[in-house]
Amino acid sequence: MKITTPEFKSNAVEALADENLQKAMGHVQVGFIEKRQVAADGLPEFEALRDNARDIKNHTLAHLDLYLEAYSEKVEQSGGHVHWAQTAEDARNTVLEICRKAGAKTVTKGKSMISEEIGINAFLEDNGIAPIETDLGEYIIQLRGEAPSHIIAPAVHVLKEQVEEDFRAEHTHLDVDRNLEEPETLLDEARTVLRQKFIDADVGITGANFLIAETGTSVIVTNEGNGDLTQTLPRVHIVLASIEKITPTLEDVSQIMRVLARSATGQELSVYTTFSTGPRREADVDGPEEYHVILLDNGRTNMIGTEFQEMLRCIRCGACMNHCPVYRAVGGHAYGWVYPGPMGAVLTPSLEGVEKGGNLPNASTFCGRCESVCPMRIPLPKMMRHWREREFERNLNPATQRWGLKIWAWIARHPGLYAFGARIAVRGIATLAGKNGRLASLPLAGGWTKYRDLPAPEGQTFQQQWRVRGGK
Amino acid sequence: MTPREAILGKIRSQISVGSDDTTRRTAVANRLSSTPKGVIPERGQVAPAECVDLFCQQAEKVHATVDRISTYDGVAEAVSAYLRGRNLPQSVRMGDDNRLEAIDWSKTPNLSRAFGPSDGSDPVGLSHAQMGVAETGTLIMTSGSANPTTVNFLPETHIILVHSQDISGDYETSLNQIRSQFGKGRMPRTVNMITGPSRSADIEQKLLLGAHGPRSLHIIVVDD
Amino acid sequence: MNQPKVGLFVTCLVDLFRPNVGFSAVDLLEHAGCEVFVPPAQTCCGQPAYNSGDRTDTRTIAEQVITAFEKFDFVVAPSGSCAAMLKKHYPELFQDDAEWQERVTAFSDKVFELVSFLTDVMFVQDLDVQFKGSVTYHDSCSGLRELGISHQPRKLLAMGEGVELREMKEPDVCCGFGGTFCVKYSDISNSIVEKKTANIEAANAELLLAGDLGCLMNMAGKLAREGKTTKVRHIAEVLAGRLEAPAIGEAK
Repeated sequence: MKITTPEFKSNAVEALADENLQKAMGHVQVGFIEKRQVAADGLPEFEALRDNARDIKNHTLAHLDLYLEAYSEKVEQSGGHVHWAQTAEDARNTVLEICRKAGAKTVTKGKSMISEEIGINAFLEDNGIAPIETDLGEYIIQLRGEAPSHIIAPAVHVLKEQVEEDFRAEHTHLDVDRNLEEPETLLDEARTVLRQKFIDADVGITGANFLIAETGTSVIVTNEGNGDLTQTLPRVHIVLASIEKITPTLEDVSQIMRVLARSATGQELSVYTTFSTGPRREADVDGPEEYHVILLDNGRTNMIGTEFQEMLRCIRCGACMNHCPVYRAVGGHAYGWVYPGPMGAVLTPSLEGVEKGGNLPNASTFCGRCESVCPMRIPLPKMMRHWREREFERNLNPATQRWGLKIWAWIARHPGLYAFGARIAVRGIATLAGKNGRLASLPLAGGWTKYRDLPAPEGQTFQQQWRVRGGK
Repeated sequence: MTPREAILGKIRSQISVGSDDTTRRTAVANRLSSTPKGVIPERGQVAPAECVDLFCQQAEKVHATVDRISTYDGVAEAVSAYLRGRNLPQSVRMGDDNRLEAIDWSKTPNLSRAFGPSDGSDPVGLSHAQMGVAETGTLIMTSGSANPTTVNFLPETHIILVHSQDISGDYETSLNQIRSQFGKGRMPRTVNMITGPSRSADIEQKLLLGAHGPRSLHIIVVDD
Repeated sequence: MNQPKVGLFVTCLVDLFRPNVGFSAVDLLEHAGCEVFVPPAQTCCGQPAYNSGDRTDTRTIAEQVITAFEKFDFVVAPSGSCAAMLKKHYPELFQDDAEWQERVTAFSDKVFELVSFLTDVMFVQDLDVQFKGSVTYHDSCSGLRELGISHQPRKLLAMGEGVELREMKEPDVCCGFGGTFCVKYSDISNSIVEKKTANIEAANAELLLAGDLGCLMNMAGKLAREGKTTKVRHIAEVLAGRLEAPAIGEAK
């Protein structure tokens, strides 16, 4: 997928001017935030479960190599195939090879962020295979030729009127006079149109929320049931998963499941949690005849053992973006790659390089709301700061910013000089403001005064006045 | 070097360990064999009768409908009555589950039964759950000819029987039962945990029931 | 306890823009029975450097602050953000330095934000809050999430019989200030503060209060630009009854 993260600032300006987007983003409040709070409050053990979920993943990441070995052995034992992919390209080629062997013409897809990360849809199309997204949100954005703008609500940026337009343009075989005003009718239409595609597909591709080392099982968590139709009906099932999805045992998965849906949608549990182990067995009357797991690295091993390792605890619930004021202002597309919001601000520079992703960890107020709701207790602001440190060490920030900072820091280290400068500055600004009490513009402060007035200083610093009064 | 070796080697070099580190191998082997339980919510840790009540309440909260009957003798009539009440045809698709087979279907001669996997043309599926989990009103289905996975997802209406004795308080207890039944480290091909009928909120965050899976989920709890 | 010696970390914004907050803090601390000192060798807590990734300069500034303040029984700042920097982030800067580790821990343990210091350490039970009228309170992010300040300001405000608290929608959502963020990403910052001022206006209170001057200046500046009439003050000014000075950004 093409990355436009370096243009984050201009992307953001466009997003702020997009009325449809701004209206759609208003749905996040009731849709996610309030529901999450109710769900968290409704389970007295929620905070303890967050602690344990964090500990489980920390333990797993500290032994990731060994759990990966255990997992892959179990998959093979159950008759499945494990393919190791170091890069996105390796993963794409593996998918294509499996599809070609299966003689696939169409491929249905459950929701998978890894499939976005490796850009599988465009690649399959280029190779004459039609990928069909089946999650309602993913289907909508596939019709629109867009990328998801949220990791669990891919079409959160789209209004229902826009969906109607897209459906009318695509489903031309249906009655033009049909009523599509309400979300209910839109959902019905998607269900009908996609049902046949599920049945006709040769290969089904899903992601995985967990890979269980104990049993060689992949787990998907969904609400629509599309993931299950995707992996049950075609002859071949491909699971696309990154290596950090490994979780040791059935118990460990149960623990994390309890915080996942509550954090994501405010449900106590998603409607369908499906455990898949290998291909269909002799006693089975349905299910895929082939079961493949593609284990993707794509830069994650670089994070192991570094200050960014904790990011690999992420279970992709989306709570951080739902609660992020920046995400709410600009939506997901402005972030310019696959993962938006706070988790994307840490992950994008980790996987795509800080040269390209550096804007994102800087575009944060460090309000900390993301960390306060992260079910895995990932210290997201701290990691964004670590990326800023890496940029600073490598001289990647603009020269004016660096010099400004250096001069300021030098003054801050010299209290006498600081006090002197402060006295002059506040006197000057106060004089400029006169009796108004505020300034509508001020040289060098355009970033501030473009949108808001600058409250004027009183005229003398506190230190000045305190000494005058004989304070200690 | 194979991609597998490259990935595993990279992880080890990042944390400066060898592949033969016995302390780490022991830690992993211990966790996989001892399977520690973690934090279990109190809400499901109640007497069996309360557990069944909790299961029913939780299932209704996620928009399933629940019917409780005292014995398997009443199943055929309960299924037929539900279909009649919903104006649905008197026909169900089902697997060859022993408990479903043992039911006296002669009481409902108008109710036709088709067997085996669904191809998407059946309006109603009937299954028997392996277990129920009270904490979230969740049903656990295991794949096989007894309860084909397609029956769980393709029909618009899904009726699931669950025996009250199979309802536990928490996921860990239920999954551990699967472990005992299938053997440590083994799983049936598919285990479906089902919590309510399918739904989507992908259009303007408005919750709608009936996405790609069943629009209605009806649970019959057999107390026996 | 003997009269505790408190070093007041004024914060650079209060020093420069709003000394009245500093004097309010002094009044409140003295009322609570503290002896207040203001070391002249204080400039800034170092957040601008820290949040720009410049650890070296941050560390030097931190050493300066610790040296100037470690002799007091407590270090108090009228800002959740600066207090959190001193309390929560300074220790991180010295993680690999055994020599400083003990010093920084001893220092950080003594650091408190003003309002929570009054309630949680000095156990202030009565405060003669003179202000009569309606207020709405914005929970500044660092204070709320790094120091757990939420009920303390409301508790102190409730000691004033004439204070009516009208909660705004989402009082715990960021105002869009974020230090240098508000100038580096001014368009996004503006969108965030617009939502905030709409919520403030809807609360229909005479006065907007918060515990951090940065956030207050951001919200006051936006309210003024939008021509909204809600007045803005630091909570310490109301608690101390120092209301002679015009509200933030108001004409003299």
